[in-house]
Amino acid sequence: MNAPVHHQTLVTPAHPKALASGQFKVTARDVDVYYGEKQAIKDLSIDIPDRSVSAFIGPSGCGKSTFLRCINRMNDTIPTCRVTGDIKVDGNDIYDPNIDVVQLRAKVGMVFQKPNPFPKSIYENVAYGPRIHGLATNKTELDEIVEKSLRKAGLWEEVKDRLQHPGTGLSGGQQQRLCIARAIAVNPEVILMDEPCSALDPIATARIEELIDELRQNYCIVIVTHSMQQAARVSQLTAFFHLGTLVEYGDTDEMFTAPQEKRTQDYITGRFG
Amino acid sequence: MSDHIVKSYDEDLSQLKTMLAQMGGLVEQQLDDAIDALTRRDTALADRVIQNDERVDVLEHQIEEKAILTIAKRQPVARDLREIMVAIRMASDLERMGDLAKNTAKRTHAMSDQLPRKLTAGVTRMGRLAQVELKNILDAYSRSDAEMAMEVWRSDEELDALYNSIFRELLTYMMEDPRNISICTHLLFAAKNMERIGDHATNIAENIHYLVNGKPLGEGRPKKDVTSAMRIGLEETDDR
Repeated sequence: MNAPVHHQTLVTPAHPKALASGQFKVTARDVDVYYGEKQAIKDLSIDIPDRSVSAFIGPSGCGKSTFLRCINRMNDTIPTCRVTGDIKVDGNDIYDPNIDVVQLRAKVGMVFQKPNPFPKSIYENVAYGPRIHGLATNKTELDEIVEKSLRKAGLWEEVKDRLQHPGTGLSGGQQQRLCIARAIAVNPEVILMDEPCSALDPIATARIEELIDELRQNYCIVIVTHSMQQAARVSQLTAFFHLGTLVEYGDTDEMFTAPQEKRTQDYITGRFG
Repeated sequence: MSDHIVKSYDEDLSQLKTMLAQMGGLVEQQLDDAIDALTRRDTALADRVIQNDERVDVLEHQIEEKAILTIAKRQPVARDLREIMVAIRMASDLERMGDLAKNTAKRTHAMSDQLPRKLTAGVTRMGRLAQVELKNILDAYSRSDAEMAMEVWRSDEELDALYNSIFRELLTYMMEDPRNISICTHLLFAAKNMERIGDHATNIAENIHYLVNGKPLGEGRPKKDVTSAMRIGLEETDDR
């Protein structure tokens, strides 16, 4: 089988940009994930820098989404799922039994493959999170949060006159931006995106990509994508997963021009088989 | 390297390589004919070289088109992308080599039949060396052999050194008899053409290195052509 990725290969010479930033937002050490008997992630270690976009790529079933979902403990909802090893956000162990998972998921937000707005108004979709987390003391403050979040998500101008309309009435791309606004509204620090554009047309995809590029000024973004070109376009770092292992994690520019691992090369050039 | 899942992608890339091999072969022939024409003062052969240059140009355009189309269709990355970039650059180097062969052939017309053989001997020697470089670099490309490419890259020093001595030699002939000046100037340009062909071969060598290793060649090539600062003037001859 494949050799496990050792720690010394994590910060390879291939990714000086991550080194230069010096600081890592998310760190994982020796992570194993099982679904029942089946091992989905094998001995994975990674350091993800803040204020950058890291793209996870790899064939279906390689473990990239599984690992993404570990970062905000979304896998807790799967009864047979077992996670071992260390995953830290800002140096805090997120699998510590004392941690408040609801708080964690506010700090580590998530955007899914299919836009999934609540069956409520556009306003309520964004206001819901801040309200339950007690981020606003009155209506004016809540209005401000909603506007700010929608602006950051690049959706404000399109929806400001119909905030009370149902979120599900928006186009697919608008719905996805609404979901991003909803994630942003609770002041996250990390945003996880699981194939956020796979259900969108090229124009809506371009808008989301532009948005991701803006958001990285303030957030640590991790995106799972099946589109290699998207990974090349939006990310600064790319991680290639295969058969549950992290094969290579490095500077995106280098990954797409001269990857170090043959398996990475074969995958991104469409030679896997 | 293993095959692409999409077979037609492999065909695109192999077609590109085939076209380059074809273009390389044509340039080799052109260079060989140009040197022969000059050496034998064969103006008919020279004219054929001049005419055939268009075929080289056409091939360059075809390669460029194929490369651009492949980029548009496949969005190549990593080694595939380097293959295509190198093909474009190499086609342009080969096209320049073709031009230099043509220019050399043109100068055949300026040579008179009574030209002493010793005058052209040096240029012929350079031509043969340039031919070897071209042949080896084309082999290195078709085998994707970076080490072989580096040998060509290093061997170009020899051609530079030969050029320096021919430069000196031709200047001496010109000083001996001003009636030689016209012909020797043509021969000087022809020699310079051969030296430039060697330089293009080293460009291709650098591209093969990049293709195989994914990194540009770091060190600069030791340039041994010193003629740009060379003087054989009156003051020197006076000293003798």
